Amino acid sequence: MIDTDVLVIGAGPTGLFTVHQLGIIGLKSEVVDNLDKIGGQCIELYPDKPIYDIPAIPVCTGEELTKNLIEQIKPFKTNFHLNDRVEEVKNEKDKWLVKTIKGKEFKVSSIIIAGGVGSFEPRKFSIKECEKYEGKQIFYSVKDKNIFKNKTVSIFGGGDSALDWAIELSENSKIQLIHRRDEFRGAQASVDKIHELTKQGKIQLLTQYQLNSINGDSKITSIKIKNEDGNIKEIETDYILGFFGLIMQLGPIVNWGLNLDKKLIPVNTENFETNQKGIFAIGDICTYPGKLKLILSGFHEGALAARGCFKYAKPDEKLRFEFTTTSKNVQSRLGVKKND
Amino acid sequence: MPKITYIEHTGKSHTIDVANGLSVMEGALQNNIPGIDADCGGGMACATCHVYVKEEWFDKLPKKENGEEDMIDMAHEPNKYSRLSCQLTVSDELEGLVVKLPVKQA
Repeated sequence: MIDTDVLVIGAGPTGLFTVHQLGIIGLKSEVVDNLDKIGGQCIELYPDKPIYDIPAIPVCTGEELTKNLIEQIKPFKTNFHLNDRVEEVKNEKDKWLVKTIKGKEFKVSSIIIAGGVGSFEPRKFSIKECEKYEGKQIFYSVKDKNIFKNKTVSIFGGGDSALDWAIELSENSKIQLIHRRDEFRGAQASVDKIHELTKQGKIQLLTQYQLNSINGDSKITSIKIKNEDGNIKEIETDYILGFFGLIMQLGPIVNWGLNLDKKLIPVNTENFETNQKGIFAIGDICTYPGKLKLILSGFHEGALAARGCFKYAKPDEKLRFEFTTTSKNVQSRLGVKKND
Repeated sequence: MPKITYIEHTGKSHTIDVANGLSVMEGALQNNIPGIDADCGGGMACATCHVYVKEEWFDKLPKKENGEEDMIDMAHEPNKYSRLSCQLTVSDELEGLVVKLPVKQA
């Protein structure tokens, strides 16, 4: 059981800056994120895209922003629990007990949800029967590539994951690469390699096709793929891999007793607390009149939510407002206090 | 204000006035039309505002910019009339535009 002041859910820019705001007012926090890296949407969706509306930073990429935020919170030596997801949130006296899917447990006085639009999950095939075979013959990520050895593998998608796996698995498997159009969005070098392997007969390229149906009973024996003109082609396959990127799902948040407005959590704008005392929501996941889904709004929301956590963490103390430029307390927390 | 028609996958149709300058996605969200999620808020980063533009409208719309087709790869059951509604800006030229919404967004 990890005992701390605040659990921050989500390691995107909003969650990271909130760690900073908690840190300078003397609260300790830990962060849980479903992704295997820090940065949230900035890292997962647009690491290379330039952002032009971070105050005082004329331009930076999602990756640069993340790096700088990590640098900014270094003094607080925060623990990040990546590749994990908060599953259960329970109230016990004045505390919140939190459990993750990996079985980690936290006891905190407040929770700040900075979860974007939820956790990232792979996008799946739209055909209902696919669920039945998921994890057996249909996969959305590769955990053990050895199972594909000497088998026929149908790979769907046009991005780097699809191309990279098609190239790698083509050494020992029969690969059918299926994509809805002729162009691929993956790296040019990979696209060239795919065409080369296609010429050598190691990959069968089937473009302008999408999955139409699955044939088989307890086991998939073949699939039908269809193009825009309605032409259907039946191909045999042992395994199917789908790489359609990630989608954000609200996930277990719906079970935590929070009011929801569609996929968003309503909050008050004084401290971004939800209908549950001690649970705050900030960034893209919260909603209130006038809400803007901007990173800078998330920073503001985090600053206020952090202060909202103070009374739960230290009920007998009064929070004094202090500036980083002058406060010795804050500077010592940041590790920059000069001895005078 | 141009009238935009959104047809849900069930066939239920909503015709609403959307102010010039808003995106077709924003028009749907502001009028609580179900079927458009817009998770990323219009950043062309999620493909959850996917629509099928009515056939006769498709060629009248401004062409896709870089990146839109890449995102459509990830949409639910895309076809040749697929667009991301966050990339369609409402103007007088779009008066009467009809878009059909997919069964789901992801």
